[in-house]
Amino acid sequence: MFLNMKTAVAAIALSAMAGSAFARDLVINFDDLNPGPKKGFDDAVALFQKENPDINVIVNINDREAHKTAIRNFLTAEAPDVTSWYPGNRMAPFVDAGLFQPVDDVWEENGFNDDLAAIKPTMSRDGKIWGVPYSYYQWGIYYRKDIFDLLELEEPQTWDELLAACGKMKENGVTPFTIGTKFLWTAAGVFDYLNLRTNGYDVHNALTAGEIKYTDPRIRATFSNWETLINECGFVDNHASMSWQDAIAPFANGDAAMYVMGNFSVDGYKNAGLTEEQIDFMPFPTIDASIPGAEEAPADAFFIPTNAKNVEDAKKFLAFVARPDVQTQWNKTIGQLPINSKADISDDKFIQEGFALLNGASGLAQFFDRDAPAEMAKAGMEGFQEFMLDPSKVDAILERLDTVQAEVYK
Amino acid sequence: MTHAAVPDTTASARPSWVKRNKLAIAPWIFLIPALIFFAIYVVIPIFQSLWLSLYEWNGLYSADGESTATWVGFQNYAKLWDDPNFWTSLRNNLAWLILFMLAVPLGLFIALFLNQTVPGMRFYKSMFFFPFVISQVVVGLIFGWFYNPDFGVVGTLWKAVFCEETTNILGNVTFTCSRPAPDILSSPEWATYGIIAAGLWPQIAYCMILYLTGLNNVAADQIEAARLDGAKGWKMLWYVVVPQLKPATFIAIVVTVIGALRSFDMIAIMTQGGPFGSTNVLSHYMYEVAISEYGERYGYGSSVATVLFGIMLIFISYFLWQMYQDEKGGR
Repeated sequence: MFLNMKTAVAAIALSAMAGSAFARDLVINFDDLNPGPKKGFDDAVALFQKENPDINVIVNINDREAHKTAIRNFLTAEAPDVTSWYPGNRMAPFVDAGLFQPVDDVWEENGFNDDLAAIKPTMSRDGKIWGVPYSYYQWGIYYRKDIFDLLELEEPQTWDELLAACGKMKENGVTPFTIGTKFLWTAAGVFDYLNLRTNGYDVHNALTAGEIKYTDPRIRATFSNWETLINECGFVDNHASMSWQDAIAPFANGDAAMYVMGNFSVDGYKNAGLTEEQIDFMPFPTIDASIPGAEEAPADAFFIPTNAKNVEDAKKFLAFVARPDVQTQWNKTIGQLPINSKADISDDKFIQEGFALLNGASGLAQFFDRDAPAEMAKAGMEGFQEFMLDPSKVDAILERLDTVQAEVYK
Repeated sequence: MTHAAVPDTTASARPSWVKRNKLAIAPWIFLIPALIFFAIYVVIPIFQSLWLSLYEWNGLYSADGESTATWVGFQNYAKLWDDPNFWTSLRNNLAWLILFMLAVPLGLFIALFLNQTVPGMRFYKSMFFFPFVISQVVVGLIFGWFYNPDFGVVGTLWKAVFCEETTNILGNVTFTCSRPAPDILSSPEWATYGIIAAGLWPQIAYCMILYLTGLNNVAADQIEAARLDGAKGWKMLWYVVVPQLKPATFIAIVVTVIGALRSFDMIAIMTQGGPFGSTNVLSHYMYEVAISEYGERYGYGSSVATVLFGIMLIFISYFLWQMYQDEKGGR
């Protein structure tokens, strides 16, 4: 509350300095209090305010977890004009309850259908577009370049090369992969990539949309590849008791060489004392060469609640956040990737590699817990963790997931 | 004169209704504020929750404030019956109930041990009572670290026995173990027992303090009489001391049963119900299904809550009945 007051006062002071009359209020709820993301947002809002002196922007910033709870109330009770939220299945309950309004016209008028084409399927539901994304980031394998150099390993491009590289690491006492599955979702990252590489984007999408069973032979193939990965590569011991941050410790110490992660983890590596030269990024190797490469790229977006009071200016803001120059600056600040294909990227090497990777992707998955409905995601991720601890239970796990699936998508 | 005297006499002969029932009304007037709050915060929500368990609802209202819930009757309960996670939770609740009862005898023995006059006894007593004073969340955190196979006490001891210090490929210090350290909180077999052990720590302290106060009231003359009759050791404890501690035992059992059924904080802190749901209990499962990030099934969560309420009701009614019997006997 204190923060809301402060930002509101700041916004008023700012526009007062610009010396204009502000007729209309625009309330924006944002969900990240971390210094980087907050600065990115604040800067963008300041620029928007400068360009639109007749709009009085009021921002409420909450932390992510609190926002997830609060949005369920404020969309009905006291709706802002714009709120941040996630696309994919995460927006589905709100869309279905009629709490967001479609913004197809914003996409139409601003040419987003071309500039944001890659993300359009994710932002759509029931044939309409529901929001505008401002940022996303890549997933892939982060690895210790110094260990790879010592072992004279190249970035593996294929599954066999990966397994061979793992063999060499294990001979030299290095655990190939680190992971912390205590909070479950990290295991979903591994599953998503194995499934995208084994079966491709369409099958993966059909699975998370409930059109394919988990006991389908194609999904079983993914799990058998996963078992190969566990047996021939292997993950650190005790991963079920570690968070993703805890799992950085063996990586930083040189006990483990690779980490399937999102780009937000780079800060963690650097905080653990690793330098830019020690770490590098590579795409997850191909398993079946005939399958076009699809990647994992969760996006963050803005939506307009149905109960918004100032829809006209809200749409103006949505058009603003997807503008190439705005996305360029914003994502430079927060160290992520702009979605607008006309935007520029920073010269950070991870961002450069991620940009190249995502631009060449044939499809973008949003991450298991955003692609699948909540109940399915929870059961699925628990199943993944159980599988990683004991791959021999695969049949029981897949059958249970089928039961949950039948229940969730009825 | 007479005219004035008549109402006077009728007033003293027939006082007003309020005055006549003063004794009966007074307690209710004092009770009203508490009853109102109890109704608003406890009784009405219980019925709301029961009602909600007959709906399927993701917790959202539509834009014009209408609830999006749909009536499903007893389907949520039918689903519960087929839900393996529910049965796991129920089984764990049972494990909690049984093993948590250890706190009662253990508390008694510590209380007997501490019931002596030794210099500095107050200090020792407060040390034993300490775990009950700190928050359950802190206890969970401490035990979580204690069990940690990498840096916890368990892990460190294990490393000392089964592991040797080597340097890895980069020349950093690392450990290679002949067998991997036990990861108690990530093992589906052991995690629940690990959490119960953590929960027992403050619960024993609680029972201990109940018994310590109880021991103050043990009649010294009866002890002396028993001693003259040659009772000592176990016989003295079982036939003379424990019967006199019956009120303390009763309260200790009540708080332990309720503590076992409410076990939520430690599970939330130590495992979040994991690995893969194997340490869930009903209270945590209810939270997970209804309120947590991947839940949002309020109807289903309410049906879990209803089952838990039913189980609690059995115990609570028994305790209330027991207390009522005692009071009747006391009169």
